[in-house]
Amino acid sequence: MDPIKDAMTHKSRSAKIEARGHLISLACISLIVAVVLAIFFFVASRGLATFFTNKINLWDFLSKSTWEPAVKDAHGNPQVGALPMIVGSFGVTFLSAVVATPFAVGAAIFMTEISPNLGKKILQPVIELLVGIPSVVYGFIGLSVIVPIIRTVFGGTGFGILAGTFVLFVMILPTVTSMTVDALKSVPRHYREASLALGGTRWQTISRVVLRAAMPGILTGVVFGMARAFGEALAVQMVIGNAALLPKDLISPASTLTSVLTSGIGNTVMGSLDNNALWSLALLLLLMSLAFNLLIRWIGKKGEMK
Amino acid sequence: MSAKSIDKFMTGVLYAVAGIIVLLLAGLLGYILFQGLPHVSWHFLTSPAKSFEAGGGIGIQLFNSFYLLLLSMVISVPLALGAGIYLAEYARDNWLTDVIRTAIEILSSLPSVVVGLFGFLVFVLQFGFGFSILSGALALTMFNLPLLTRNVEDSLRQVGFAQREAGLALGLSRWETVIHVVIPEALPGILTGMILGAGRVFGEAAALIYTAGQSAPALNFADWNPLDIASPLNPFRPAETLAVHIWKINSEGIQPDAAAVSAGASAVLIIAVLAFNVLARWGGNRLYKRMTAG
Repeated sequence: MDPIKDAMTHKSRSAKIEARGHLISLACISLIVAVVLAIFFFVASRGLATFFTNKINLWDFLSKSTWEPAVKDAHGNPQVGALPMIVGSFGVTFLSAVVATPFAVGAAIFMTEISPNLGKKILQPVIELLVGIPSVVYGFIGLSVIVPIIRTVFGGTGFGILAGTFVLFVMILPTVTSMTVDALKSVPRHYREASLALGGTRWQTISRVVLRAAMPGILTGVVFGMARAFGEALAVQMVIGNAALLPKDLISPASTLTSVLTSGIGNTVMGSLDNNALWSLALLLLLMSLAFNLLIRWIGKKGEMK
Repeated sequence: MSAKSIDKFMTGVLYAVAGIIVLLLAGLLGYILFQGLPHVSWHFLTSPAKSFEAGGGIGIQLFNSFYLLLLSMVISVPLALGAGIYLAEYARDNWLTDVIRTAIEILSSLPSVVVGLFGFLVFVLQFGFGFSILSGALALTMFNLPLLTRNVEDSLRQVGFAQREAGLALGLSRWETVIHVVIPEALPGILTGMILGAGRVFGEAAALIYTAGQSAPALNFADWNPLDIASPLNPFRPAETLAVHIWKINSEGIQPDAAAVSAGASAVLIIAVLAFNVLARWGGNRLYKRMTAG
């Protein structure tokens, strides 16, 4: 056959390799998207069974405070009130964010505005090491150091929201710090120069110009930290005391969504109400993580418009 | 107070905050190493754990951690490479790419316990893998994929466009350009990301409790047939890792020397993670120098 015609009508070797490569990479990315969809589908199908199969009232689930799926109340309804866990999860999340934010912002200001040199040489590696420490190690230190300290200072068992807050504070500190550093670094240099030229001191420049300009980025960092705190399981589970009771104060044993999940899911039979109720907690966790994601996007959009 | 003294005061406060954070890390590391290292011995690192008596080691858990890490990297690295290549080289700027990016973002922000529960539901129960290394490795893959993918994509994007043009001008297809020109140049960045990811995976426990399981059956280290149940290589045996072990002995409290064992195990875990960090930094730089003749 005519070699020119052959070359024109058939795909070259290169074109075949190209098509195959494109297909391979497309397959990989599709797999990731499929996994995400599958996670939502499976967790939702299990988690919704509590409401559709076991006919639990959604409002009761969110607002009642007795978590004893095996025991029925006076009306013969199983008692699956998730309020103690919801309060516990939000409690440790907000408290740890409240404690961690000033430290993180302070450290970030130090690294970008006060002493970039020391920041880069000392604080940057410190923050990176803090990220690297596994969560069980944080839990173990919480259990063997923080819990006894709280027990001696405040009495009680030492387990509770306060211990969880301390552990989470250290865990989310690096996340919030490094995102705040990025936010501060992206503030243009001439903002600072303008403020200094007007006679502002360094602190006036930082507090009135730099921090304000970086606010959306800092908020994003805080929300990221909160998302991490909300989803953290083992470290919290080790120090919070795991009592599914509505917390009366910060030093009585409490529980979070994640702590009940980790300690409970292995002890229940698949498909039973106890088990379905736990999956509903997992679904709640999933939805909250989605909500944090949306919040971050929203802050990002708001920040852009300025 | 005048603006100047406020400025001085706040500078002092910021120094104090920075100092506190440094002290915090020093305290954490110091505590773990001082409590843990005296307990670490050759015997501790190699002997199996004991449940009701003191003197157990972490030998099997340590091996499990490394084997699980290896297996999950074998699964996740090719996937992350493919996905990263797609995002950096093929993805167009349209709604589909938006959806993909959102999905990856969501996956990376999912609590690891949710990933673990999904793995439990799908791999352990649905696929019938049981509590096994394979289930654990797949769960870790899901946990690790989004960050690895982003890292691959970022590293590929760092490569100058002229490199791609040169490859295309020589008559290579886009895929061949990526494989033979772009990836070698981006390799140090990719490797650094992979090693850092390995460090994260090594310390992960929440995703493993209900996938790789919480028991470490005795292993016969003379048996290298991957199909035997006592063989260390068998991917279908339950495998408690080091991180899971620390969690378990602390929440069960049936081991008389739980505190000492967990301190020792924590020290080993931290040293391993630190080693991964140092390796990532040092190895990345070195490799970059070698490959760029710089």
